[in-house]
Amino acid sequence: MSETSASDEILTTADGKPLKEALAKAQFFAKRRAFILVLPLLAFILLTFVMPIGQMLHRSVKNEGFTVHTDVTTGVRTPIMTELSIWFDQNPSGTVPDEAAYTALRNDIGALDELRSAGSAGTRINYLRAGSRSLFTKAARKWDKMEAPYQDAFYDLDDEWADATLWAAMRQASSSYTFDFYLAAMDYTRDGDGSVTKVNENRQVYIKLFVRTLFLSLLITFMTFILAYPIAHLLATLPLRHSNILMILVLLPFWTSLLVRTTSWMVLLQSQGVVNDAMVGVGILADESRLQMMYNQTGTVIAMTHILLPFMVLPLYSVMRPINPSYVRAARSLGATSWTAFRRIYFPQTVPGIGAGALLVFILAVGYYITPALVGGADGQLISNLIAFHMQKSLNWSLAAALASLLLGGILLLYWLYDRLVGIDNLKLG
Amino acid sequence: MTDLANDQSFVKFDRVQKSYDGEVLVVKDLNLSLPKGEFLTMLGPSGSGKTTCLMMLAGFETATHGEILLDGSPINNIPPHKRGIGMVFQNYALFPHMTVGENLSFPLEVRGMDKSVREEKIKRALDMVQMGDFINRRPAQLSGGQQQRIALSRALVFEPELVLMDEPLGALDKQLREQLQFEITRLAHDLGITTVYVTHDQTEALTMSDRVAVFEDGRIQQLAPPDKLYEEPENSFVAQFIGENNTLEGVVTAIKDNNLCEIKLDDGEIIDANAVNVSKVGERSRVSIRPERVEMNKDRLQPGAHTLKAEVMEFIYMGDMFRTRLRVAGKDDFVVKTRNAPDQQRLEPGTQIDIGWLPEDCRALDA
Repeated sequence: MSETSASDEILTTADGKPLKEALAKAQFFAKRRAFILVLPLLAFILLTFVMPIGQMLHRSVKNEGFTVHTDVTTGVRTPIMTELSIWFDQNPSGTVPDEAAYTALRNDIGALDELRSAGSAGTRINYLRAGSRSLFTKAARKWDKMEAPYQDAFYDLDDEWADATLWAAMRQASSSYTFDFYLAAMDYTRDGDGSVTKVNENRQVYIKLFVRTLFLSLLITFMTFILAYPIAHLLATLPLRHSNILMILVLLPFWTSLLVRTTSWMVLLQSQGVVNDAMVGVGILADESRLQMMYNQTGTVIAMTHILLPFMVLPLYSVMRPINPSYVRAARSLGATSWTAFRRIYFPQTVPGIGAGALLVFILAVGYYITPALVGGADGQLISNLIAFHMQKSLNWSLAAALASLLLGGILLLYWLYDRLVGIDNLKLG
Repeated sequence: MTDLANDQSFVKFDRVQKSYDGEVLVVKDLNLSLPKGEFLTMLGPSGSGKTTCLMMLAGFETATHGEILLDGSPINNIPPHKRGIGMVFQNYALFPHMTVGENLSFPLEVRGMDKSVREEKIKRALDMVQMGDFINRRPAQLSGGQQQRIALSRALVFEPELVLMDEPLGALDKQLREQLQFEITRLAHDLGITTVYVTHDQTEALTMSDRVAVFEDGRIQQLAPPDKLYEEPENSFVAQFIGENNTLEGVVTAIKDNNLCEIKLDDGEIIDANAVNVSKVGERSRVSIRPERVEMNKDRLQPGAHTLKAEVMEFIYMGDMFRTRLRVAGKDDFVVKTRNAPDQQRLEPGTQIDIGWLPEDCRALDA
């Protein structure tokens, strides 16, 4: 009885095995082979994409500059500032440092001097409070000559050792994990008693740069859209013979080095450049009022619009190509003017391409580095240039990572918004 | 039926020529006039210029030379949206981002009609094609036949007097095509619309139209009602293009009275034929005989019928018909069609038989 009811429910093969089991077995080898084939790609993505991003996120909240010293040659890790860290644990934030604190500080700086890492520890504090590094290097030179009471000894060394903000900075840095780099990336800081405040107005750079990056990226996206739409339409409607040539012209920039394209824009746009010379030559401009199109936002926008144009043209083209001309003809025969036919029939069918192109151009523009670095001047720099600065010049990798993470978060947010508004499955890249 | 006597033509092509590149004429000297209410089909192989004619009438192409008149006034310079001509496309051209109702509403909206008027007209137009329940569907959710029904009702919803159809049934399967052929003709006649229908399917042309214009090489080869077109083709292209046709080639040896002539076929056989396109002795001619006009049963031959020797090459069973391929006068592509009647014999390949036909059924056309 139970057997028959079971066979009623579960479909079986001719020899009585459950059908699902048989199917899974039959497909096992094919699936395993398919998996082995994609394994290299999976490993590649893990190694070159997922892990670096994970590392970046990790680095943005972790900095051991004031907690651990790692010997460059041997790789030995030695905890530093241990006594001071204990004092910070025992005394709440905002406590005025007492003699015990200065004793701990003196011993720790002594340890630093033996490890020859007073400079790097000072740099870590310097991130939070400008001008602190020299305090540490100076103290490391003099620590063995100090005599108790150490509080006065430090005061003799430098008045700034009494500064509350310095102590707040050391307290922050005494833990390896911190969100302070995110605060810094958003122009916030901690004052002496540890509460979050905006940084001094003339030192607020990051938010301004984020806003500028977003604004310029939007502007560039819009410009590429305006330029690319007619080109893509032409490409899609011309006979294949002609459209191929035009397509090559569109793709030509892709085959040219990015650096070459950017520098050729420099040749064109500089104040003694081709464009200005031509306008002066024709008489539109007076020689002394040559247009400043380089080393400012104008240069960044022009060059980036050109460089990113193909990324808008291609998705638009791939959406427009299959749109049958009979749609517009039908609309016209039904009584619509050519404008109405475009607005109500043609344009709505190209929206997935616009979405895809805009998203692509915008995301590329937000993270663009080389072009703004070359033609942007001071005015046309984007957030990526600042990230590069912190990685190469100031060597504050944690701040660079925090800025990059914010950028990543912002893009993901936009991506989510796009999905909510347009729908990601409407995206068509070709 | 249409009043052909009414010489007030509704659509008129007057010496229209069309060239795309300035080197080749796609349409050569087209003269055509349609009375109101007529269902005219433009039939022809692809590249014959029929679709170009339709596009010129719709306003998507301009005539290189000549005039197109609609209801007496020239429309060469009127843009398509002001012509008020309904149009049905082969790929339906239903707007994919709109529902069926929005599709039908579109021509009414651009004409600035009120919502209540629109709704009523949409309902009526959809009911006309029995698609009233589909108003909120999207085109992608409909089958090909349903889409074409909607496209048809969209072309009719703004009550045009002229409707153009560009191979509207080309993408549908046979059964659906036949059903829609019937529906389109019924609608066109019920509503009294003038219809210009383009197709390359001769069956469609014959079953639907009041008149058929056969296009080839940019010219109308024959313009006639379907029965006349099939039974009395005026030249060998039309004879060959419309229906199945047997061609025998030869030289005119004598012109007789009663519009008959004598033709010596290339293998020496002499037959009588209806002199359609031949005028003098010595001219080469292609003689056309319809497969169903050939009789293979000697006893059934009518008096005066001409007989020829033939050898059976192939016998094909087609259900309602038998199709027998014969070698006649040296050519082995001569086809005879016979009804599947109880007394009809099935011929083995290799059998020698006599075949015959009436001289009137045999038309001597141009070579």
